[in-house]
Amino acid sequence: MSTLSKSLIAVAASAVMAVSAQAQSLSGDLRIFLDTSNPAPRATMEEMIARFGEMHPDLNIETNVIDREAYKTQIRNFLTANAPDVATWYAGNRMLPFVEAGLFEDVSDLWDDEMSTNLASTKPSMTIDGAQWGVPYTYYQWGVYYREDIFNELGLEEPETWDEFLAIVDTLNENGVTPVTIGTKFLWTAGGWFDYLNLRTNGYEFHMDLTNGEIPWTDERVVATFENWRTLIDRDTFIDNHAAYSWQEALPFMVNGEAAMYLMGNFAVAPLREAGLSDDQLGFFQFPAIVDGIPMAEDAPTDTFHIPAQAQNKEAAREFLRFVATPENQTIINGGDALGQLPVHAEASVDDDKFLNEGFEMLSNAYALAQFFDRDAPAEVAAAAMEGFQQFMVQPDQLDNILERLERVRQRVHGG
Amino acid sequence: MSSPAPAVPDTHPPVANRRGSYWKRNQIALTPWLFLAPAVFMFALYVIWPIAQSFNLSLYRWDGLGEARFIGLQNYEELWYDDAFYTSLWNNVLWLVLYLLAIPAGLFIAIFLNQNVRGIRIYKSLFFFPFVISQVVVGLVFTWFYDPSFGLLNIVLGWFGLGPVAILADSNLATYGIIAAGLWPQTAYCMILYLTGLNAVDPEQIEAARLDGAKGWRMLWYVILPQLRPATFIAFVVTIIGALRSFDLVSIMTDGGPFGSTRVLAFYMFEVALSEYGFRMGYGAAIAVVLFLIMLVYITFFLVKMYRDERAG
Repeated sequence: MSTLSKSLIAVAASAVMAVSAQAQSLSGDLRIFLDTSNPAPRATMEEMIARFGEMHPDLNIETNVIDREAYKTQIRNFLTANAPDVATWYAGNRMLPFVEAGLFEDVSDLWDDEMSTNLASTKPSMTIDGAQWGVPYTYYQWGVYYREDIFNELGLEEPETWDEFLAIVDTLNENGVTPVTIGTKFLWTAGGWFDYLNLRTNGYEFHMDLTNGEIPWTDERVVATFENWRTLIDRDTFIDNHAAYSWQEALPFMVNGEAAMYLMGNFAVAPLREAGLSDDQLGFFQFPAIVDGIPMAEDAPTDTFHIPAQAQNKEAAREFLRFVATPENQTIINGGDALGQLPVHAEASVDDDKFLNEGFEMLSNAYALAQFFDRDAPAEVAAAAMEGFQQFMVQPDQLDNILERLERVRQRVHGG
Repeated sequence: MSSPAPAVPDTHPPVANRRGSYWKRNQIALTPWLFLAPAVFMFALYVIWPIAQSFNLSLYRWDGLGEARFIGLQNYEELWYDDAFYTSLWNNVLWLVLYLLAIPAGLFIAIFLNQNVRGIRIYKSLFFFPFVISQVVVGLVFTWFYDPSFGLLNIVLGWFGLGPVAILADSNLATYGIIAAGLWPQTAYCMILYLTGLNAVDPEQIEAARLDGAKGWRMLWYVILPQLRPATFIAFVVTIIGALRSFDLVSIMTDGGPFGSTRVLAFYMFEVALSEYGFRMGYGAAIAVVLFLIMLVYITFFLVKMYRDERAG
């Protein structure tokens, strides 16, 4: 017997032992609460949990899928009373209140060298006070989705600089096409524009300091960001009456060809395709650079699994989080017929989809990843700021008032 | 049982029955309280106690999770400087005033429908219909109606060459748009109140007034309306309560926007205390206390009036 096959047998034997040891040790109940209430994510998660259940036949898994919006308020209740063993949530500042209140379990022990290397891109956003509080399972890119056919018709190309972008805005307007669609009724969409304008005007570190409350909103660098925004508003970049629409209600403008671009997360692709746009008609480009020399950072919101501090079966919960983080699993759940998003694990493979490939490439080369405005900034600041963004888009002359108001909120929240 | 029972029923109450138990002596005084007890208990538990709790909570800074920190009147101080609070307060006043239009509108429709025509019941039900459907549906229907790109309102305006108006996206118009939507079911409610009131109008008085030569406005003002006073009173009560409770339409139609211009106190309270980015329980409680005090003024007026009417009647 060659040494190779010997060592193979040894590896196989130890693997079998490890598996059987796990299978024996994991028993009892495992309660999992999910916010993945839309049909496709729901099926994906249930299938994933079923696969985990097959590996641990003695474990009695109970899954509870809660409507995504309702989940955001319910989580506060179920974490304090009747906590499950595993719960979904979001990375960044959105988990800070639960970490501070001692409701999330410190899972730094899961983040050994291997996991830290493979999930390096999101580790900072899972880290608070030097410890990790959960495990990411998916993320997705933000960027500009556009009508490739309209661009081709007008001889336009994907812009890389601010000037090119402004030129496109002008050309589209001259040809009777509104450059950008957006629906700001629920405010967060305007947060996307602020994120990108600020990331490109002042850079990632500044953006993070601002969302962490370390920089006054009246700072002139913030004003510079709004001046760039103002340039767009003065050029009639955005559709009229955007405050009346949700982000879905703003989609038809793009589908009908009345508007050509949409700054959105990758979740916008599915409804656009369902509305009848083919991949030839739909394109994607990275938000163009504004100030030369500022490294390109991107918004990439990360969805995560956490263990509540009051979980009953923490051993099984940890095993589940390990399972969620494996490259095989992340490949499966992020596939085009499942979540249709990007796996966080570096060794997982990306589904062969036009937008996922482009997004993956963009994020792999990104200088840094932000989570999105309402996940990076504390909730109170996020609410006030996004309202201010919406107001600014309608009444740009009110900028001074808006910034002063935001500064007051910042000082109250951060005890300035 | 030593004393013999009286042959005829003793209709005189025992004047000085010292041997009778406490219960026997005070039966008349205690019985109403016994009947009231369950209701008083529930009222105290679910109304009085939460009100006291809200007052207490408004003195704290609390996110619903961690330790509540006592901060005295700071929440109220912040309210004092909060633009959003004044916007909400002003909108509440707008709601209160404009919502009252439902009363004359309801009266008008009721008088219009109060005749014997073939199929009048169908017309009555059609007018009553908006009150039956959920406020959420009313909000959605009006949102579509106002929609700047495909809404019926703008299509009609287009016939007259008037440009599209985005009512719900315009911070100057949005509140009026929502109140108009709210008036639709509220008018139906007032109409039903008046229809029942009109049934009770004394035909002899009308006959008498007619003989005296009264008709039209004078008949309405001097003969009919005084007889409709109970209906008017109830319509007034439910309309004001409805105006102060306005929440669902704001939430459905604009979500408080654009940039907070359509908030009312109830909605603002929900927003800061319970919505996605809220969880400032103490601040929300402070808003609730202010709203409660406003309602208290009105409720006191209402109770005093009812008390007087009861005594007079």
